[in-house]
Amino acid sequence: MKRPVLEIASSPHVVSANSVETIMFNVVLALLPAVAFSIYIFGITAALTIGAAVVSCLLTEHLLCRAGGAQSTVGDWSAVITGLLLGLIVPPGLPVWMVAVGGFLSIGLGKYLFGGLGYNSFNPALVGRAVLQATFPVSMTTWIDAEQVGRFSELAPTSLAAPLTAATTDVVSGATPLAAWKFDRALADTTELAFGMVSGSAGETSALVLLLGGVYLIARNMMNWRTPVAILGTVAVVSAILHAIDPGRYPPAEFMLLSGGLMLGALFMATDMVGSPITNAGCVVYGILIGVLVLVIRNWGGMPEGVMYAILLGNAASPHIDKLIQPRVYGTQRERRASAGEAKA
Amino acid sequence: MLFRRNKTFGHGVHPPDSKDRTKGMEIRQFPFAPELVVPLSQHIGKPARPLVGAGQEVVRGQRIGEPDGYMSVAMHAPVSGEVTRIGPVPTIKGQEVPGVYLRPHPASTQEVAEGLAVEPTASREEILKGIQMAGVVGLGGAAFPTHVKLDIPEGEYVDTVIINGVECEPYLTTDHRVMLEQVADIYNGARYLEKVTGAERIIIGVEANKPDAADALRAAIPADLPIEVMVLEVKYPQGAEKMLISALLGREVPSGGFPYQVGAICINVATTAEIGRLLPHGQGIQERVVSISGPAVRDAGNYRIPIGTPLRFILDTVGVADDVGRVFMGGPMMGPTASNLDVPILKGTSGVVAFTTVELPKRREYPCIRCAYCVDACPLYLNPSQLGLLAKNREYDRMAEEFHLMDCFECGSCSYVCPSHIPLAHYFRVAKAAVRRARAKE
Repeated sequence: MKRPVLEIASSPHVVSANSVETIMFNVVLALLPAVAFSIYIFGITAALTIGAAVVSCLLTEHLLCRAGGAQSTVGDWSAVITGLLLGLIVPPGLPVWMVAVGGFLSIGLGKYLFGGLGYNSFNPALVGRAVLQATFPVSMTTWIDAEQVGRFSELAPTSLAAPLTAATTDVVSGATPLAAWKFDRALADTTELAFGMVSGSAGETSALVLLLGGVYLIARNMMNWRTPVAILGTVAVVSAILHAIDPGRYPPAEFMLLSGGLMLGALFMATDMVGSPITNAGCVVYGILIGVLVLVIRNWGGMPEGVMYAILLGNAASPHIDKLIQPRVYGTQRERRASAGEAKA
Repeated sequence: MLFRRNKTFGHGVHPPDSKDRTKGMEIRQFPFAPELVVPLSQHIGKPARPLVGAGQEVVRGQRIGEPDGYMSVAMHAPVSGEVTRIGPVPTIKGQEVPGVYLRPHPASTQEVAEGLAVEPTASREEILKGIQMAGVVGLGGAAFPTHVKLDIPEGEYVDTVIINGVECEPYLTTDHRVMLEQVADIYNGARYLEKVTGAERIIIGVEANKPDAADALRAAIPADLPIEVMVLEVKYPQGAEKMLISALLGREVPSGGFPYQVGAICINVATTAEIGRLLPHGQGIQERVVSISGPAVRDAGNYRIPIGTPLRFILDTVGVADDVGRVFMGGPMMGPTASNLDVPILKGTSGVVAFTTVELPKRREYPCIRCAYCVDACPLYLNPSQLGLLAKNREYDRMAEEFHLMDCFECGSCSYVCPSHIPLAHYFRVAKAAVRRARAKE
């Protein structure tokens, strides 16, 4: 035998195929049906919005890593997820330059400023959206109608507004189902909601398509199912009770579940591993908390939709939930016998 | 039966078992190296006291070290030949320990010396002494003196002896072969265990990837022993004492406590076989079955190798690929790597595995993304993610006091599943050593 060069290393010497890249890539895959469907509903306008969000997120991530002198993390797919999510939670006809600002804010403010991947306490896409909402309140609540004729050949007129302008006039705009309920007490059709033929953000549309992606991630063990189940369960049960008490004031459970960003938020944003608790019990508490906040904001708040703030508040609570709920360590609840043993020994 | 799931413990991981290459290979006798190096400390506890000096002739199986106190066991000559010197021996952990260097006598018949027989009918004390004088330690890897483990404190009571035939480490097939080829020795050993512990029940735990071993054991259960063979789900680290007790009995050993506190004791199957094989002849452990495997090894197999055989001789004999990159003793989940091929096979060495550089991809380490895979893998229900963050900040005291660091037995499940490729188990080794040092100072 030749004199081999032996490597000294700490065990284990075998590792699973898990990697950050595969997890993130699979989340991207799980989002693709929703992306495709929103392009079907809103046409090339949605394609442009989502594309612009992804590109701006990737560019921001790459440039900030380079500026900080670090190896670029653009290849780990996490910035693509942020871009896709951002594209799905803003109005499809949002001016592209605003989308790009949103992408920059999501990655720059929501992720890089906190320390990058793994340190972003809040869901980056939601941080970006929250700032957009505060900065451009009109554009952020101007919705184009679903399934417009000519949506595959013409962009919404607002999309290409010159930077620093909004051009919100002359838009065929539709109220979202939640706004219609909040301000006019008009109830959208459940089937239309489930299939997503309604006005809203690109990703606020088809609950079923979103569910498909969620089930895929759960099956691949890349999402803790307890979080979405706790959120949706809380919203469903409490709204069913409220609706039974006062049907005129509180909408039925199926409407609450299928409308707005709840499905997208519960499945793809609240479940962001970084911003959610690490234990299963913690995920349940976190999910219930978000569910309650959604109900409070939607039913008693000033805004028609509250998923964004509910999840951001849930993210803020997550470290505290982790502090309170730790796994029960093996062999730590039978100390009575242990001390008895010590006494004898 | 079809729908009844095999018993197991909570959490754990499923690495590929990589046993197919050697599990069907019979145990073969390994040749003697030109020089053997027998450390006098191969166990947890005090080193044995040498009974021989340089230049002395010894016979294979002759006692060359006597136990130095209770926490110590005897050592035996692995070969008939001459003691060349007594001196420091390199070990895989990097420290040097006192040891005996032996040169085999080429003309010797290499017959094994016999001593005072200890029968299973002997008294508890005689059997425990016999086990200590036979140099028996846990052959599964821990190398804890077996007579100490079996000496249950006054007032404690053990109802079940578990014979551990799990062998959950990938690549290793020694216990598997022992269960196929040494059934009589195992049951004879079980008689000693029954006598010493007074247990009502003996369970042999075997993972479902060794159905032939379970069948062989079941077919030969002696009428005079209360033995059951139980098949377990294949899962790592089921061979760990606490995990096996949970899997078979549903009992949890208290944190920092001992198995007898929950009425159980756990003995490796090869250890049991050695007790059954050696005590009736008054012999001692001077060789052991070792799996030599891994992609870099040419002539893989299960070999009965004399204790003290240097790794270099083993690898030269079986042949290794030119691009061998990592050699470790034991399995790939817990085995330490060799930096030096002069280190010898010890009583606790169940395998020697060699990887080529191809099996060792360099992977980029990412920050923890809190995916909780490690939390779902840790068999002790620790929080490796949190411990890892604290380790990076060197908050070792907090790790020990708030997050049960010292319960970690370094099984490596957390590192195995981590998608960010954070070497968690390594951090915990470093942290545990730091805590131990700090506590020793106090």
